[in-house]
Amino acid sequence: MVGVSILLATPVAAQAGDEAEGVRGTIVDDDDEPVQGVEITVSHADGETVGTATTGADGVFELEVPGPGDYTATIDVDTLGDLTLRNPDRATLEFPVREGQERTLLFPLGEGDRVVGGTLGRVLQLLVEGIKFGLIIAMAAVGLSLIFGTTGLINFAHGEMVTFGALAGWYVNVNLGLHLIPATAVAVLAGGLAGTALDRGLWRPLRRRGTGLIALLVISIGLGLLVRYVFLYQFGGNTRPFAQYAVQRAVDLGPIAIAPKDIISIALSLVVLAGVGVALLRTRAGKAMRAVADNPDLAASSGIDVDRVILLVWFFGGALAAFGGVLLGLTEQVSWQMGVQLLLLMFAGVILGGLGTAFGALVGSFVVGLFIQLSTLVVAPELKNVGALAILILILLVRPQGLLGQPERLG
Amino acid sequence: MDWGLIFENGLKAGVGDFAAVFALAAIGLNVHFGYTGLLNFGQVGFMAVGAYGIAVAVTYLGTSLWLGLLVGLAASVVLALLLGLPTLRLRADYLAIVTIAASEIVRLMVRSVSLREYTGGSSGLTQFADDFYAINPFAPGRYGISPITFTERQTWLLLVAWLAVAIAAAMVFVLMRSPWGRVLKSIREDEDAARSLGKNVYWYKMQSLLFGGVLGSIAGFVLAISTQSVQPDTFSPDLTFFAYVVLILGGTARVLGPVVGAMIFWMLLSATDNLLRQAVRQEYIPTAIMDGVQVGQVRFMLVGLALMALMAYRPQGIFGDRREIELDVRR
Repeated sequence: MVGVSILLATPVAAQAGDEAEGVRGTIVDDDDEPVQGVEITVSHADGETVGTATTGADGVFELEVPGPGDYTATIDVDTLGDLTLRNPDRATLEFPVREGQERTLLFPLGEGDRVVGGTLGRVLQLLVEGIKFGLIIAMAAVGLSLIFGTTGLINFAHGEMVTFGALAGWYVNVNLGLHLIPATAVAVLAGGLAGTALDRGLWRPLRRRGTGLIALLVISIGLGLLVRYVFLYQFGGNTRPFAQYAVQRAVDLGPIAIAPKDIISIALSLVVLAGVGVALLRTRAGKAMRAVADNPDLAASSGIDVDRVILLVWFFGGALAAFGGVLLGLTEQVSWQMGVQLLLLMFAGVILGGLGTAFGALVGSFVVGLFIQLSTLVVAPELKNVGALAILILILLVRPQGLLGQPERLG
Repeated sequence: MDWGLIFENGLKAGVGDFAAVFALAAIGLNVHFGYTGLLNFGQVGFMAVGAYGIAVAVTYLGTSLWLGLLVGLAASVVLALLLGLPTLRLRADYLAIVTIAASEIVRLMVRSVSLREYTGGSSGLTQFADDFYAINPFAPGRYGISPITFTERQTWLLLVAWLAVAIAAAMVFVLMRSPWGRVLKSIREDEDAARSLGKNVYWYKMQSLLFGGVLGSIAGFVLAISTQSVQPDTFSPDLTFFAYVVLILGGTARVLGPVVGAMIFWMLLSATDNLLRQAVRQEYIPTAIMDGVQVGQVRFMLVGLALMALMAYRPQGIFGDRREIELDVRR
């Protein structure tokens, strides 16, 4: 069944000057029945939230904005129930509001291409999405775990490395006009170099000074805050797509529907992560990384240049996080806070797998990604991350060393 | 450049409602981090349950604001127990992750659609603090030393808020000189030593978490009553980071550190904000480099930078003692 619903524009006479600026609209389904409880969040172009409007029983939402200017409105897809946006990439609209204008917003609805084929079909669909998401988390989290393993630093700025990759890719792709595939390569390299620069310019000098690990943790939080708002300053608060592959029609594969870009994303992630695994097990550098993560003093005394290994870890950690960022941007578009939203999920994955181990991070993140998507079978989609964070706390209660970690005293 | 205005607004912000809110939150953090060595990065969670405690009690249950305060306090105690039971045995760095996750759980829960009936979803709740302003003893007018004056509503709120700060600081002063406070400090210095002296370290940590958490929820009360609104996205982890800057700036493990830190912090933030806004408006800074919207973002960059610089160069802050803050996870 392919129904078409349109958010009807209700014409509003705007008397210039004497009326407050605002946005409004009506959301109806394909039977022209108003849809209640849909949330639309309006933000300043700088990302500062103005407020959220919810449609009432008549399907109307209304919200005042503080004054004329550029705004964005995002429809909370999770509150649409069974309805979907006709174009999922248009969940966020950018628009100016003139003085005294009550702006009407249009979110064209239509049933998505997704075929709902019973519970099994839904489970399979969520399974695929979970695999995709889990692989992205894993990609970003390997670096987080290895950095902790080799230096003891819990890097709260790691989410910004993910954002950095996505933003670098976006700039090269959209502003410089390079196709997304070479742009991704540039972004990954930039991510690696950024990681290297961070270690050389910030973390290594601090380690040399003997700054405590707690102080380093707090510094990484400050760094994350600083960098995040530099991104917002430069990039703005909007969510933006890449120039290519932004919209793709899903193809049917048996009971599930999947966009080609998602298949490519999963395949690429698998190849890269398998490569990381092999490199860690077989190459000299990989063995050295694991040795340093295991016991830095022992590694140093057996002739491993610990500082060089740490630099390598930062390079590869940054590059992988950047790649994860581009893949995430492909799914969810690029925004200034996409990384920080992933950070706690990375922590969940890393702790589930065992903090400090590379393979633990892979397995744990994968499980977390799967869990998040599959949990939407029983809980509301907006609460799926709550479940993952609760798992994080539970794991620490039951098995604080994680799935693959060695038991050690953490108290 | 209107330097007078910048100075005036800075002073106002230094004694304003936000300074009081962050002083209270940071006094709570000081109990956790400064005295006990608990790396609580979820202080905003306590502020959120305090603020939502009164908002939900008044709006949904229809109780008076005063009963709402009890609800908020009870909620913060419950949160501290829920958070403390599984996590206080963990190492400091794990605790940081878990507490930040817990505060995000609180935020995501109160903004969820399923709880909208009670918490107002992502738009939050408003107009629940009329009881407080109804007993305002100040007659309408402006109070203060010119040009730093406040309306009678602000004056009443500020009086109560700073009174709460004073009481909290006095309590910390007394408690940290008591045997109980010395046990907390000994846990910070060496947990195993405290344990070997027969102290129930776990239970002491729990008491510390409860005490600081309750102070956090009182900060939430002041915030909610001052703005007459609660909105879930106010309670993002960034607020905890602000409280940490306040604490470290003033001096960790010092009774008045968080109070002075909060005043200086908001004075500086307001002054830089005003300075930049004027510079942008009068085009000393070209619009191509910075526009009005971007000024608000500079504040967060400065906070991040301040956190880094303080931790790297002066972790004891203005009044702190370096020996008191040398904690580490791996000894």
